Amino acid sequence: MSDGADPVAAFRIEAGELLDQVERALLDLTGAPAHRGLIDEVFRGLHTLKGSGAMFGFDALARFTHHCESAFDRVRKGQAPASRALIDVVLSARDHMQALIDAGNSSDPALDGAGEAILARLASAVATAPAAAAMDAAPAPEAAPPEAEAGWQIRFRLPEGALANGSNPLALLDELRDLGPCTVVCRMGELPALDAFAPAECHAAWEVTWAAADAGEISREAIEDVFLFLIDDMELTITRPGAPAATADAPPLPADTAEGPAAPRPAGPPRESVRVQAERLDELMNRVGELVIAQSRLELLAMAQGQVDAASLRAVSEDIQRLSAELRDTSMALRMMPVAHLFGRFRRLIHDLAQETGKSIELVTDGEATEVDKTVIERLADPMIHVIRNSCDHGLEPAGERAAAGKPATGRIVLSARQAGGEVLIAIRDDGRGINRARVRAKAEAQGLIAPGAPLADAELLQMIFAPGFSTAAAITNLSGRGVGMDVVKRSIETLRGTIDIDSTEGDGTTITLHLPLTLAIIECMLVRVGAGRYAIPLSAVEECLELPATEVAGTRRRNFLDVRGELVPYLRLHDSFASDHPADLYQKVIVVAQGRGRVGLVVDQILGNTQTVIKSLSRFHAGVSAFSGATILGDGSVALILDVGALIAGAQKARRTRGDRPAESAGEAA
Amino acid sequence: MTASILTVDDSPSLRMAVRIALTGAGYNVVEAGDGMEGLSKAGTQRFDLIITDLNMPRMDGLTMIRELRKSPTQTGVPIVFLTTESEDGLKAEAKAAGATGWLVKPFNADQLVKVARKVLGR
Repeated sequence: MSDGADPVAAFRIEAGELLDQVERALLDLTGAPAHRGLIDEVFRGLHTLKGSGAMFGFDALARFTHHCESAFDRVRKGQAPASRALIDVVLSARDHMQALIDAGNSSDPALDGAGEAILARLASAVATAPAAAAMDAAPAPEAAPPEAEAGWQIRFRLPEGALANGSNPLALLDELRDLGPCTVVCRMGELPALDAFAPAECHAAWEVTWAAADAGEISREAIEDVFLFLIDDMELTITRPGAPAATADAPPLPADTAEGPAAPRPAGPPRESVRVQAERLDELMNRVGELVIAQSRLELLAMAQGQVDAASLRAVSEDIQRLSAELRDTSMALRMMPVAHLFGRFRRLIHDLAQETGKSIELVTDGEATEVDKTVIERLADPMIHVIRNSCDHGLEPAGERAAAGKPATGRIVLSARQAGGEVLIAIRDDGRGINRARVRAKAEAQGLIAPGAPLADAELLQMIFAPGFSTAAAITNLSGRGVGMDVVKRSIETLRGTIDIDSTEGDGTTITLHLPLTLAIIECMLVRVGAGRYAIPLSAVEECLELPATEVAGTRRRNFLDVRGELVPYLRLHDSFASDHPADLYQKVIVVAQGRGRVGLVVDQILGNTQTVIKSLSRFHAGVSAFSGATILGDGSVALILDVGALIAGAQKARRTRGDRPAESAGEAA
Repeated sequence: MTASILTVDDSPSLRMAVRIALTGAGYNVVEAGDGMEGLSKAGTQRFDLIITDLNMPRMDGLTMIRELRKSPTQTGVPIVFLTTESEDGLKAEAKAAGATGWLVKPFNADQLVKVARKVLGR
């Protein structure tokens, strides 16, 4: 956005977008191989990539892309079909281009080898050898014959449309004079008669002469160079005075670009950037404008002599409050991106997975316009790839099995996104065989995750697949089933302050739902006091607030369960957990928090109210502290720690499991 | 007076490179992302030079050059197009459409400034 920006970094970002565009068009082409617009889109993407790549010193990329571009040029001209084989090759070529961009100018023999292999496949896909020489060999300028040093005389007349086409005879004459002192004569004799005189055309002809003494350094090429853009269409004779006239009809020199592309800069770490819709910036500017007005109103009040009117002060305060809330929302919106960016990447994944597994798989997406924070989108890709791989590999049955179950031969993966309150829900659904409970249980028992025969709610059983090292795949395949997977997925989602849910009907498919916060930077919190310290609890996790019943206050009972309308909820005394030496309040409050299917009550001394918190991460010295996810600065300048609800729930559950106590009646979803 | 140059290219990095090179040489630079945008920008402001890519979405460079030359206010405005060696056929077409000159990609800042100076004159 600024002039100090680095075009190479911009190119890297742009190249990524171009490659995505090419990939999208290629995948669309598999369904409509004759679609003109798609073919043009692929061609244009490759063309720009080649041109800009060469500009910024990505020579290997430019050379490689050139071949793909030529292949698609043939498709564009109807000389070759956009066959499945060609599309597949260009898709792998697209990955290679990404590798070349990442590699920058460093050369890697392995990469070159891979490129050669792809080009060989490309050549057979379009059934002709690529025009390999076109890009590699720049035409060498012809050596000019040596000429006797005797000065120069040239005569020239510009093409008729020269003036309209933006050529400037004066500039040309200036350039000729720059070569060396010369005499210029305009040959008016060749002007047409008045009735044939078109005022917008250039009729004059000129004669320019350099004396032998001044022409020492001037070469014929230098003179021809002046007329670089016109030499094909104009009359130009260049002579040595006294020597016979020679008409210059030589082709124009291959511009003066032989010096090569701009020197590439060393590739630093890629700087993060966000593409922002212009209207969002306008909105931001409007808010800032209003804020400036509110500020000047405040200034007037502050300067006012005598008594300040409390009502008008409050009015300004309310305005500023409203504006800062709007500013917050607007600036948050700058970081939001539609999940279409994310879903788009999975089309390729599904394409590849279908090939690897030999299954026919269809991808359906829904709610692509749902917006999520950019960081969330970036960090979602890997866990989602894991889940989708699992669904394609384990979830979807082979065609035979599907037919036997009366399902359509093509398996279906549905990716959907929607916003619900402060959360974005992203669901990955397959219509495969579903999760086999008996196998999950057998595996969990075999791994000692649960006691044999232990009663488990269905949801609890399904949660087992997120346990570290858990995998039910009978055979390890290339795609998934290496026993790392779902627990890693779960942890990555949790680092985004999200949760993961699983729902599965045997024979009917599985749905994995990711619950994600809209943004990572600012959250609404409930502020509480425990002893002398203040703590913030993310409001999205708070279910309800109760008073701790007098029977529980004594705190002598080992089992801390609370009956919340017939459901038993374990609770934690934060006063004890944080080892506060401040005496506990007489009447304590319980805040029931929930994340995923886990619920826990947090016992605090006092509820202070809601607050907007800007999350500051803890220093690395505190990285090991699991109960807090960050800190925030309160209005009075003091610091409050933000409780990590997920970690507290997990801790409470772990404590319960090791003690082996379960509430007598099913705590149901309280797992 | 500083000369104003319009650069029309669908590649933001290329536009950025052109802008940095030309602003560095003391020109004012305005950017447009395709032929359509180039045409409308040229309609609102008089440019001393237009530098355009040929292959662009929505409206390509050739069409834009032809449209520009149709307008009486745009005759005589130098138009330089950016091309690659593999587009030799396009070069003739662009010249016939009314382009003033061209620059072959890849080029560096000096080459670009040289061409700008050349067509702008002193």
